[in-house]
Amino acid sequence: MKEKKSIMDRIAESNRSVTSGIDEKDIKNWVNIYIMGKAYKVPAGVTIMQAMEYSGYRFVRSAGCRAGFCGACATVYRKAGDYKLQSAMACQTRVEDGMFLVQIPFAPAEKASYDIHKEKYDTNVFYKYYPSLAKCVSCNTCTKSCPQDLEVMDYIQAAIRGDFETVAEESFDCIQCGLCAIRCPAEIVQYHVAQLGRRMYGLYGCETPGHLTQRVKEIQEGKFDKDFENILKKNKKELEKMYAEREREKD
Amino acid sequence: MPEMKYIGGYPEYMRELIKKVEKTRMKRKDYEPPAMSKKEREDTLKIHPDYAEGGKRKISVGPNKGEIAPNELADLLEAYPIIEENEVDLSRVDYDVDVLIIGGGLAGTSAALWANDQGISSQKILLANKLRHGDANSMMAEGGTQAADRPNDSPLIHYLDALGGGHFTNKPEVLQALAKDAPLIMNWLLEMGAIIDRDENGDFVERSGGGTSINRMHACRDYTGMEELRVMRDKFRNRDFQYLEYYPAVELLTEENGKVSGAVLWNCETGDYKVVRAKATIMATGGFGRLHIRGFPTTNHYGATCDGVILSYRAGAKLRDVDTVQYHPTGAAFPQQIVGLLLTEKLRSMGAQPVNKDGEAFVFPLEPRDVEAAALIKECYINEKGIITPTGMRGVWLDTPLIELKHGEGTIEKNFPGMFRMFNRCELDMRKDPLLVFPSLHYQNGGVETDPKGHTNVEGLFVGGEVSGGVHGKNRLMGNSTLDCMVFGRRSGINAAKYAKKAKKPGKLTLNHMKNYSSTLKKAGIKPERRAPILLPDYRGKAVLARMIDIF
Ligand SMILES: Cc1cc2nc3c(=O)[nH]c(=O)nc-3n(C[C@H](O)[C@H](O)[C@H](O)COP(=O)(O)OP(=O)(O)OC[C@H]3O[C@@H](n4cnc5c(N)ncnc54)[C@H](O)[C@@H]3O)c2cc1C
Ligand code: FES
Repeated sequence: MKEKKSIMDRIAESNRSVTSGIDEKDIKNWVNIYIMGKAYKVPAGVTIMQAMEYSGYRFVRSAGCRAGFCGACATVYRKAGDYKLQSAMACQTRVEDGMFLVQIPFAPAEKASYDIHKEKYDTNVFYKYYPSLAKCVSCNTCTKSCPQDLEVMDYIQAAIRGDFETVAEESFDCIQCGLCAIRCPAEIVQYHVAQLGRRMYGLYGCETPGHLTQRVKEIQEGKFDKDFENILKKNKKELEKMYAEREREKD
Repeated sequence: MPEMKYIGGYPEYMRELIKKVEKTRMKRKDYEPPAMSKKEREDTLKIHPDYAEGGKRKISVGPNKGEIAPNELADLLEAYPIIEENEVDLSRVDYDVDVLIIGGGLAGTSAALWANDQGISSQKILLANKLRHGDANSMMAEGGTQAADRPNDSPLIHYLDALGGGHFTNKPEVLQALAKDAPLIMNWLLEMGAIIDRDENGDFVERSGGGTSINRMHACRDYTGMEELRVMRDKFRNRDFQYLEYYPAVELLTEENGKVSGAVLWNCETGDYKVVRAKATIMATGGFGRLHIRGFPTTNHYGATCDGVILSYRAGAKLRDVDTVQYHPTGAAFPQQIVGLLLTEKLRSMGAQPVNKDGEAFVFPLEPRDVEAAALIKECYINEKGIITPTGMRGVWLDTPLIELKHGEGTIEKNFPGMFRMFNRCELDMRKDPLLVFPSLHYQNGGVETDPKGHTNVEGLFVGGEVSGGVHGKNRLMGNSTLDCMVFGRRSGINAAKYAKKAKKPGKLTLNHMKNYSSTLKKAGIKPERRAPILLPDYRGKAVLARMIDIF
């Protein structure tokens, strides 16, 4: 049975809007948005990032992973008829009719310089490097602005108490987009505070597993060198046999 | 026109189809299709994009002339440079450094730190990024990193797993370095304060991954690469390195004798260039997902456009294993806004099953990636049992609610917080509803050939990470590439530093290799229609492009 179009061609065709830009004729539903004040009609159901591209923007800044991991695409917007300024990640948020959009290309927040190996594991480390922490007025603006829905204010309060574990737990999913710091009236740089806290907790609050220490020692002592020498001498057939006979651990 | 009616994130007609999945779910809880026989695998693989007819051709110029590559890659290898020789003044050097690192993912950032540890001042190291430092594939690694550190495991078993996974095409001495260094890398991560999943005894939680015989996958929730990269980037920022953002390398620089001695960087906002002279250059630009090979969507970041391979090739570097491409079986196929994004293999390790439109489980969930991907394509395009999305894409269900049926409520939120959040944003609840998936272009298996020290065949040029080729052979296993980046980031960093210490002051900078390459292209009859590297893909709407006027 010979098909007219190959499977690969059919796949490529059905992916075109994702791989090479959206074609007007494929769009069924539209919404109207404003990008930096200008009105554009864009396809419904796409992300803010895709909508801007559809409108003719080719990103240099403000686009990184395109998947909600890197924090490059922080966006501030307002919806028609609403006074509230809202924030989101452009690659993760669908456009809505009447959005007024602007992208924040860069958060010039200051990061302190330190060596975690030279610090003491107590709350002073936070104050030493990020003294503005003391100015937290618990207004919760940071939490409200977090596109990851983290309890930002809670982890800042935990930092003030010197509770490293809570800082690490609560801030773990932070993608460091900087929106919290941009909106904070006390000029705290929450995401940098969190980074310091996590590294301190990772180093001082968690032990190195004994099995890892043991293995590192074995490798340094050359325990596996001889076996590697042997395995490197084996031909493909012998290796295939060894591979097939591996024992499998149950999950 | 009215918008389509959505219920819980899915259009009505898909909602109807989900009922069929729900109906068979309890039965499937204790049943999964058996793994394929060797023969079945071979048959299925015939429609894998690597083996399906077309899509590839012989490279017509350069060190790998006559070897096979995907058309999209061959197009770029057979493209003319984006700068002209007379546009750049090489006599004015903007940065004179010992080590230049191009690309700051896990590989490049590790390289910088280790080169610095060798005694090269951080002011004599320059890290150039096309986007921001960290806007990279590395940030997105969800599943984990392999390292054989438990008593029942050994670097030798790790070696064997990776060798079999790579169909015995891996470069043995390079793979040996990978397996042997892995536990040292884990230790290094802990020293930097990385938080890696532990159990109640404080031991690592280690899981299986496709092709591993012993559980050795270390994860940091589902933000593994992000945690690894952000701790090392933090350390990097504490050390006052020279670094540039939005400054891609657009061409390497060579001396009369062919040695690589730096690069031309281009400010993608203002359009001016910088000349970097370096005693050693490390290429760490990552992969090529954004080339959309064979028209597939991709899991990769915006800057994954193969630049490093193109630039190194022109300077004479040999490639290997670039004929195979890794497609991840389960990329998102719905909704449109997240098409292509990765739904990690760990979902299947924990019980999620691929299911067709009739609610049938049709494939063993943990076949090797290529087989699993081909099976999904077959179900959609040959068996016609896929689900068609409102934009015309096809996919099959990945039945995620099974995970909670098997491991208890709350498992998904705990193990997949990032993904759970992503689908919530799309108003989809992956605990209750299946997700729609289709294979997505994921990983560049091959690349610039490396040796165990991160050397290429070109003097002065080192590589590390996804841009390199050899360690994974023709197929990489999950968890071995973040590892690759850190192992060979480290090795290339150390060896570039050693090399730079011994090197004489670089001689006269030239673009001779570029000129020669262009004339080879010309002799081969290739018209100057294509230029490379492309730096970024172009997703602008067709309608706007049609009306664009180039005025400034
Ligand atoms: C979604 C996803 C999930 C993954 N999951 C896993 C996993 O669970 N386990 C695992 O081991 N691996 C995983 N991988 C693979 C792994 O993450 C990557 O292979 C690896 O991180 C690549 O690192 P790198 O440093 O080589 O490249 P990257 O991290 O991509 O970094 C390269 C950097 O160089 C920049 N660059 C590109 N061109 C230029 C230029 N011309 N000039 C200057 N800079 C340039 C890029 O923009 C980028 O910032 C995953 C990959 C993806 C995409
Ligand atoms: S582009 Fe990385 S989070 Fe949006």
